[in-house]
Amino acid sequence: MSQPALTSAGEAVPLPEGLQGIVADWSSDQRAFKKVPWGKAMMWIFLLSDTFIFSAFLISYMNVRMSTTEPWPNPSEVFALTLFGKNIPLILIAIMTFILISSSGTMAMAVKFGYEKNKKMTFILLLITAALGASFVGMQAFEWTKLIQEGVRPWGNPMGAAQFGSAFFMITGFHGTHVSIGVIFLIIVAIKVLRGDLDRMTPGFLTGRKGNYEIVETMGLYWHFVDLVWVFIFALFYLW
Amino acid sequence: MAHAEGQQHPVGVVAHVEGQQHPIGIYLKIWGLLFVLSAASYFVDYFHVQGYLRWFLIVTFMLMKAGLIVAVFMHMLWERLALMYAILVPPLLLLVLLGIGALEADYTFFTRGTFFGPGTPAPVGQ
Repeated sequence: MSQPALTSAGEAVPLPEGLQGIVADWSSDQRAFKKVPWGKAMMWIFLLSDTFIFSAFLISYMNVRMSTTEPWPNPSEVFALTLFGKNIPLILIAIMTFILISSSGTMAMAVKFGYEKNKKMTFILLLITAALGASFVGMQAFEWTKLIQEGVRPWGNPMGAAQFGSAFFMITGFHGTHVSIGVIFLIIVAIKVLRGDLDRMTPGFLTGRKGNYEIVETMGLYWHFVDLVWVFIFALFYLW
Repeated sequence: MAHAEGQQHPVGVVAHVEGQQHPIGIYLKIWGLLFVLSAASYFVDYFHVQGYLRWFLIVTFMLMKAGLIVAVFMHMLWERLALMYAILVPPLLLLVLLGIGALEADYTFFTRGTFFGPGTPAPVGQ
């Protein structure tokens, strides 16, 4: 935001050709996304690409579910648990949903306290977020174990259409991987906050960019996206 | 929601004060709303609502939750229109893929019914 993009004056400057020209053109003093940190805009772009990946999975799931002539297993029964002697439909998935939403809530507050430079609260909230995320992954591991013991495989299952297993393992597996990576990075960011890296602007080990509380918000974007994807999986795979 | 807290910073001084700061209450309210909406969609299943009403309710609750997360938790509500459009418009293309997927699935289902359904003769030449 230091200078407006040079438009008419730009004609006077000789432009480099070839590969250098490509770099110069794309990196010249132009900025499409104003008032957001660069890292945040790029995280949005990454999440956009991730949106397409998850949508491709969900749309292929729709395709195989619509085209199979076998009956689709009823998720409400497949994911039921017996608690306190009662058979409650879909209860584990409901608990997982509430846990992930809560982790999104704590993440949003961590971002707020980060911008207030409140190290202690940011650290605590980031750790709570990571703990909730880890418990989500744990429940998913439990759910996978249960289904595998019941004979669900990517190529078939005793309850009905074979495509159920492949869609289930592919979609929840990919989402669980996202959650796991998120937990790892949440812990890394939490440590950076606690050590004061972001106050001292210590360069990060991965990017070498100066530490800044904006990375908490960028981390938050990723985490909320993981929650967002779960909203769609919950509705389209488990409830449909 | 037109109050743009993101713009309270002294504009044009330094480009580094770009953080979004909102009162904590809004996050807690949205958190509560997301809980209510999730519970509502769970009860759709719990009370065995079926048919078009079930699909309508599930999709409605899903889109409301997604909207709240993107708008408030991800701060999209307070971003400039350039970023908003750059991120929110491209996914609309997915509707085309959705349509192609549905058409193709219908056709596959039809051919499976015709060639592998009960009472159909075995494929010729096998």
